Amino acid sequence: MATITHEEAHAHTHGPELQHQFETPEQQKEAATLGMWAFLVTEIMLFGGIFMAYIAYRWAFPEAWEESAALLNTPLATVNTVVLLVSSLTVALAVNAAEEGRKRRLITMLVLTIVLGVTFLVIKGYEYSEKFAHCAGAKDPISWITGSDLHESHECLVPGRGFMFPDEHGSTSGGHGAAKTATQSGHQLFFLLYFSATGLHAIHMIIGLGVMTTILVMALRDRFSPTYFTPVEIGGLYWHLIDIIWVFLFPLFYLV
Amino acid sequence: MSTLSLPQSSYIRDNSRTFTDWLKSWLLTVDHKRIAILYLLSINFFFLLGGLAATLVRVELITPQGDLMSSDVYNRAFTLHGVIMVFFFLIPSIPAVLGNFLVPLMLGARDLAFPRLNLLSWYLYMIGGLFALIAAVFGGVDTGWTFYTPFSSTYSNSNVVMTITGAFIMGFSSILTGLNFIVTIHKMRAPGLTWFRLPLFIWANYATSIIQILATPVLGIALLLVVVERLWGVGIYDPALGGDPLLFQHLFWFYSHPAVYIMILPAMGVISELISTFSRKRIFGYEFIAFSSIAIAILGFLVWGHHMFVSSQSVYAGLVFSFITMLVAIPSAIKVFNWTATLYKGSISYRTPMLYALGFIGLFVIGGLTGIFLGVTAVDLHVTDTYFVVAHFHYVMVGGTIMAYLGGIHFWWPKMTGRMYNETWGSIAALIIFVGFNMTFFPQFILGYLGMPRRYHVYPPEFQILHVMSTAGASILAIGFIVPLIYLGISLRKGAIAGDNPWGATGLEWKTSSPPPTFNFDKTPIVTEEAYAYPPEAAERDAAAWRPGSPL
Repeated sequence: MATITHEEAHAHTHGPELQHQFETPEQQKEAATLGMWAFLVTEIMLFGGIFMAYIAYRWAFPEAWEESAALLNTPLATVNTVVLLVSSLTVALAVNAAEEGRKRRLITMLVLTIVLGVTFLVIKGYEYSEKFAHCAGAKDPISWITGSDLHESHECLVPGRGFMFPDEHGSTSGGHGAAKTATQSGHQLFFLLYFSATGLHAIHMIIGLGVMTTILVMALRDRFSPTYFTPVEIGGLYWHLIDIIWVFLFPLFYLV
Repeated sequence: MSTLSLPQSSYIRDNSRTFTDWLKSWLLTVDHKRIAILYLLSINFFFLLGGLAATLVRVELITPQGDLMSSDVYNRAFTLHGVIMVFFFLIPSIPAVLGNFLVPLMLGARDLAFPRLNLLSWYLYMIGGLFALIAAVFGGVDTGWTFYTPFSSTYSNSNVVMTITGAFIMGFSSILTGLNFIVTIHKMRAPGLTWFRLPLFIWANYATSIIQILATPVLGIALLLVVVERLWGVGIYDPALGGDPLLFQHLFWFYSHPAVYIMILPAMGVISELISTFSRKRIFGYEFIAFSSIAIAILGFLVWGHHMFVSSQSVYAGLVFSFITMLVAIPSAIKVFNWTATLYKGSISYRTPMLYALGFIGLFVIGGLTGIFLGVTAVDLHVTDTYFVVAHFHYVMVGGTIMAYLGGIHFWWPKMTGRMYNETWGSIAALIIFVGFNMTFFPQFILGYLGMPRRYHVYPPEFQILHVMSTAGASILAIGFIVPLIYLGISLRKGAIAGDNPWGATGLEWKTSSPPPTFNFDKTPIVTEEAYAYPPEAAERDAAAWRPGSPL
């Protein structure tokens, strides 16, 4: 059996980033990219379970779905969609900048991405707090915090014991009376899935922000070169995935 | 075999001076072989715990009355047994121990693609296990290992959330292992090691890894939603609040049916290695065995509904699931026929690993055929939730996975430790396990057919004789599991030095020293021949060289 020695394989020069188990930087990069793609598949399957539940319950409660979706804040979510799509662009530009070895541009794009990501989370947080404020009887989060203008709440869209779907809203056809309790639970399921899916997505955003911050620190410390920028690339892949999941969540919940 | 001492440097030895250094060198290691040893120790620990819970169950069932435990305690005992055995023993067993140790060696690589991720997966496994153990100490869970809603949501006051969190965390460990294997097998093969030169153990682990990364996250989300339901008091699976408990069953079995292939596929990989080595023959139908692994992985995703024939699932869905379930029998049978064809005209030596392999084939055939009974909707309606089901899946999981796990441990023991175990005791233990196993579980087929439901701690007196037989068999089985612990432990100090290739086997893992050095190979091997390249006349030459007294 023929053999080649360890030293021969490592004879050519390479950066310190080549880990001991790999023969060449190309092999290391391909492995990292394949690993990230495989991980993205598991992420899709994770959200797949929620989408499955969504399909089952939308099938069971089509009217509740229609009525509930009208109560979500679609304008804010539209803004958020734009924010996220732009952040995907900045990530793609960051990868491109890293490939070309333009450090300043790489850093700018990473910072922009982080800013856009935080913006998304802030808007999302405002949307959530709106729902919680309604449960507390306030009109909007600000009056909820200041404690002014509190009254008996007539709607509470946060799933749980206090859940209350507003009576008159959206029911134009009328004649729901007897079926009220059944539809009520359909509404609650909608909001439960809404909070679970967007919450899980928000958790992924937070992880993504952590990843981007790490990459930013690495970029500031001059860790990347045109021959080695794998973390930027696979971090970018992860960010795009978060983005794509939102692209599905947005129409499924807001635009039903 | 000329070596008289262990190699000077190996992955086991290091030059740490103090105990703390030594401990650190193990707990912070990124060496796949050391991680495999960590897994070996922790997985066997959980196996013993699960075995203790099984002992409680079997002891209770000696008499028809519930005299040892109340029904509630009994529920917790069999749940503990199920959760630990499934999530913390069977699923990680062969991939995490043998796979971790062997995949890079068989590929001629220095390590897995992501060594730190590999260590992380062990820590996740331990954290998950800790959660499950804490839940057990503070009262346990009474839902059964399936966590069916509404048992686990509306009607349970036990530590469901804690246990589910444990299973959830362990799932991540499983995903990371699968991901690591997939990338390693794709990208880290030695020069010349093409896909069709890979050992079948690698093919089997590849198929397993695909299932792990595709199915495990679905279990994750299903369990997460149970936790959400319990904590918030909302009704995602609760019919009173509009939810549907069947959704849980669908999501759960979408993972848990493929999960049984996570348990059996690597076992089949081990058996392919053993059969070929101890017949001194090329494996028969290499491509068929390789692709049947992939076929099982794919079909495994399409049959989850056969666990739900008696739920409110539509009859037509049931028919389709039943039909696809039959299809799984084809690749499984292909494997069994190819193994037996490999034995034909081979020079078979009945060493301990081979005894386990032959035991595996017999038990897997029984387990597989009764699986077909259960896949037929009409029969299933009669035996659903009886001991027939219990016996069936124990034949596949214990008779299949554990036999292969033990066979693999014995086969690669000289590679892992550099020393041989005691062959006589090895054979005795293998036979004890085979006899004990059949005595434990065969009566359960009859019990189930006669109508004894599973998960009850009291039963009509006419079933007692079969239950007593089963418990007696379980005691024999327990002895069979303890004996190897003893002689394998002794072999660590007293065993004969094994040398690089005690079995005369092919495969890259036998070309390096035993135990291997930290980076596996001093020189990167180049592969120029197929796997199992035993010369055609090897078996005949072997037979001619046999003299009275040479090992069988």
